Amino acid sequence: MIQVRGLKKRLRSQQVLNGLDIDLPDGHTVVIIGQSGTGKSVFLKHLIGLMRPDAGSIHVDGERVDPLREREWAPVRRKFGMLFQGAALFDSMRVFENVAFPLRERGGLTVEQIRERVMHALSLVDLDGSEDKYPAELSGGMRKRVGLARAIVGEPKYLLYDEPTTGLDPVTADTINELILRLRDSLRVTSIAVTHDMASAFKIGDRIVMLYGGKNYFEGTIEETKATDDPIVRQFITGQAEGPLTAKNRR
Amino acid sequence: MIVSLAGETIKVAFTHRPRWRLFLGHLLNIGVRSQAIVGIAGGFTGMVFAVQTFYQFHKVRLDSATGAVVAVAMAMELGPVLAALMVAGRVGAAVTAELGTMKVTEQIDALRSLGVHPVDYLVVPRFLAMMIALPLLTAEAIWLGIMGGYVLTVHMMGAEPSYYMANMILYTRARDILHGLIKSFFFGFLLIFIACHKGMQTEAGSEGVGRSTNQAVVVSCIAVLISDFFLTLLLTKLLA
Repeated sequence: MIQVRGLKKRLRSQQVLNGLDIDLPDGHTVVIIGQSGTGKSVFLKHLIGLMRPDAGSIHVDGERVDPLREREWAPVRRKFGMLFQGAALFDSMRVFENVAFPLRERGGLTVEQIRERVMHALSLVDLDGSEDKYPAELSGGMRKRVGLARAIVGEPKYLLYDEPTTGLDPVTADTINELILRLRDSLRVTSIAVTHDMASAFKIGDRIVMLYGGKNYFEGTIEETKATDDPIVRQFITGQAEGPLTAKNRR
Repeated sequence: MIVSLAGETIKVAFTHRPRWRLFLGHLLNIGVRSQAIVGIAGGFTGMVFAVQTFYQFHKVRLDSATGAVVAVAMAMELGPVLAALMVAGRVGAAVTAELGTMKVTEQIDALRSLGVHPVDYLVVPRFLAMMIALPLLTAEAIWLGIMGGYVLTVHMMGAEPSYYMANMILYTRARDILHGLIKSFFFGFLLIFIACHKGMQTEAGSEGVGRSTNQAVVVSCIAVLISDFFLTLLLTKLLA
């Protein structure tokens, strides 16, 4: 379980997170939604130590991780797999080497075991036969799937998705959504996804958290989210141009 | 901070297992693939310097001293500075652009998320390769500069070869060559940390990569020229 309390982060002049409290229970898929610039990706990066909070605490499986130094994060990060927004594949490496990278770095596996694990991860994301390609030869959807294979190959407990469907056409985006659901069922991981694609959020999530004003503004199940009469949440999930979100921005 | 990057790199270089494949790859790129550019710079500078020196010395009938002047200048100044400037342009720019691109495309964050420290993976192998490659490239620049000067002065300008060689050997001391090689270690240190630091601090997309690369080359060249002055003062005293 991940517990976040009073998380604050200022980037230049903007207070992006302003006392954020969230509990991320094991076995669930929590989707973080919110307008652009509300700190969704910033929050995700805090969970894995890629950014340091100005204040607040983060506990992963009961261990407080936010004060850890960079080199102390390595064992904590092994519990996580992360799919980056642009996939963040190592462009000098082939697909196979990208996926094998975390296993090779950890050590302890034979060449044959690594090959077996990589091929299994690639088959889970429907990319059998692509192992010799370079990232530049792949489409956006394929790159995301390779990023996903790299994230799951180390058998993490937590999977973090940063905008998993952004920049993809609706059909490819739905393929990624199906893949996330399939991985949830087959790997039994706890997933935290950041998105502003509501179709994706409703499909993959079992809890929705909306960030607003740097805080956890709303939290609920899919049904509770769809049924809420909170004007801010309603405006966001229905994608209306007029409403309290935009009125505040104009002021 | 560049100082903390250097400190952490040196600490890791001496305490962690070497990444041989990465190290050898960077040695090939920094050392072997820079040979042509450094060789051309060293050889032609040696020849130009020899022509100028020969014409001036010829006026006072000191033609045979040309070899000594060219050899000492190549060993102490021109060899190390030229090699460093060439490597700053060829390797420093490429390192900054590569790391900068990795930074803005979140590849460095991906490394960290996979439990790999970017300094261990990206900086240490390049640092070790640079520390070996630049002194060797400097030796090559010195050698080709001296050879170029000899061939031009003796075979084209008509200087007496035996006096040329005798004076060159007489006035070029081992410590002059040591002076140049010590400088090259220091320049290599500066170049690789400026390039890596600028790359890893890159922000703001492709425009940021261009800006970082430009800054890395300019700062490296200026750093080499300014540090050369102070190193010359220091080493001249220490090796006197």
